[in-house]
Amino acid sequence: MKETVEIRWHGRGGQGAKTAALLLADVCFKHGKNVQGFPEYGPERMGAPITAYNRISDHELRVHSNIYDPDYVVVVDETLLETIDVTAGLNPKGAIVINTQRPKDEIIPHLKGYPGKIYTIDARRISEEALGKYFPNSPMLAAIVAVSHVMEKDEFLTQMEASYKHKFAKKPEVIEGNMKALKMAFEEVQ
Amino acid sequence: MAIRERLSGNEAVAYAIKQVNPDVMPAFPITPSTEIPQMVANYIANGEVDTEFIPVESEHSAMSAAIGASAAGARALTATSSCGMALMWELLYVAASNRLPLALTLVNRALSGPININCDHSDSMGARDAGWIQIYAESNQEVYDNFIQAYRISEHKDVHLPIMICQDGFITSHALANIELLEDEKVKNFVGEYHPENYLLNSEQPMAVGPYAVSNYYMETKKAQVEAMKNAKQVILDVGKEYGELSGRTYGFFEEYRLDDAEYAIVIIGSAAGTTKDAIDELREQGKKVGLLKLRVFRPFPAEEIAVALKNCKAVGIMDRCESFNGQAGPLAAEVTAALFRAKSHAEVVSYVYGLGGRDYRVEDAREIFEELEDVVVNGKEVEQFRYIGLRSR
Repeated sequence: MKETVEIRWHGRGGQGAKTAALLLADVCFKHGKNVQGFPEYGPERMGAPITAYNRISDHELRVHSNIYDPDYVVVVDETLLETIDVTAGLNPKGAIVINTQRPKDEIIPHLKGYPGKIYTIDARRISEEALGKYFPNSPMLAAIVAVSHVMEKDEFLTQMEASYKHKFAKKPEVIEGNMKALKMAFEEVQ
Repeated sequence: MAIRERLSGNEAVAYAIKQVNPDVMPAFPITPSTEIPQMVANYIANGEVDTEFIPVESEHSAMSAAIGASAAGARALTATSSCGMALMWELLYVAASNRLPLALTLVNRALSGPININCDHSDSMGARDAGWIQIYAESNQEVYDNFIQAYRISEHKDVHLPIMICQDGFITSHALANIELLEDEKVKNFVGEYHPENYLLNSEQPMAVGPYAVSNYYMETKKAQVEAMKNAKQVILDVGKEYGELSGRTYGFFEEYRLDDAEYAIVIIGSAAGTTKDAIDELREQGKKVGLLKLRVFRPFPAEEIAVALKNCKAVGIMDRCESFNGQAGPLAAEVTAALFRAKSHAEVVSYVYGLGGRDYRVEDAREIFEELEDVVVNGKEVEQFRYIGLRSR
């Protein structure tokens, strides 16, 4: 792992991209890292494009700017590919992970010739199958952990289960579905 | 043993409030400070603190109620941002002139308009002449530490002034990051109980609060506030040192980062200081003698101390996250320049405005400023002495 891993999330207000970035920071913190997880707010409304960021490092994190040259990009909503330059500044040795139901060769033309690794995942199907509803953030969280190797799968799942038990203490029935979504996403991202 | 945690800046302040357990908190929500009273209300609902929460109908009322509570003898506070603070304006002066030791946890945000919810320092900088102590933070850690020190400074018998604990809206308030917390017991012992000398509910010693002062008395009241503000300097240093013994993190008026032998320095407030430090480390590796003065305490203003810290610098870039419309400097640059002039400094001074309304400040921005300062000194480059950085090119 390089000194500081930087991740940029693209999503739309209400889809949980910010929550996913905070969860990633949380789970990496438990893994012993120094972390930052923060949103960039534009207009505060459902459906508006939002960006969120993570820095993960063994060192103290002092920079408080947004991330312009990320190692990884996560696209939670593929309709953003039409309007946002999601690969801007993206490390050619890094990777992009896109939530889509389309085959990869239909996505590639939107990525402006990005030479790094391109991963897709059908977070909608996973979420609907595991949770019965469309919450793309859990599958996307597992996908970026799988792609970036910021931590090992088993530790990630153990930590997430503990987080869910805490977060959903009053509705434990959703824990199993969320864990299933994470596991499916870990296997299916490619 | 310190407690290793990860909290946003707002969570950190709310946690500090929980540990201090003040008596009264009136508040009215406004982004990005809303989470603070929300979290405190949760602590109250869960029975973790016994603070009296007053859900008031406006910020004007929030500060009025905090003033009333403080005058009555309670340890009070409120939280706000931006236009919320603007609506408190009249009462900020009332709190300070009545010498009430209450706290305001401010999450800095731009003032309208255009309407903008993001960070700059216009709100607190506009209130710099209101008579409040102002302490700023670079990180979630610092805003937590600053809040725990707040009442020790504010309630000190030589001070008796309200205190503003500021942090950068969204940049630290909404960013999750590592933090070290102190145990509840340590915080409780450090802050201590509040025993006001004079207070309205003391029937043994009747007093008036907020009376009319004719011209024969008004000016002396202001001079007394000035003296209290001067006294706050030593108290801030003493409390910052004692806090260091408790936590391992000692605080003064400002932090000097690689400033000892620096020829070129940036003076800045808040989260942008961290970003500047990374630029300094990069430039130091190239052999450049660059450093930082991160101002923590803006009121009282440590003018002489700043001038001493910068005395070996050939050029200083002073960075304001706020506009003053005087055409020559933001508030920080104006005051630091005055301090340097009085100390007969011959350093070149350039005043920069950055980061208004949440405009991002990057490591590259800091690097370019250091390069420009060097260019001024080494090549005699003439630069505008007051300018904006980070503007859109089109």
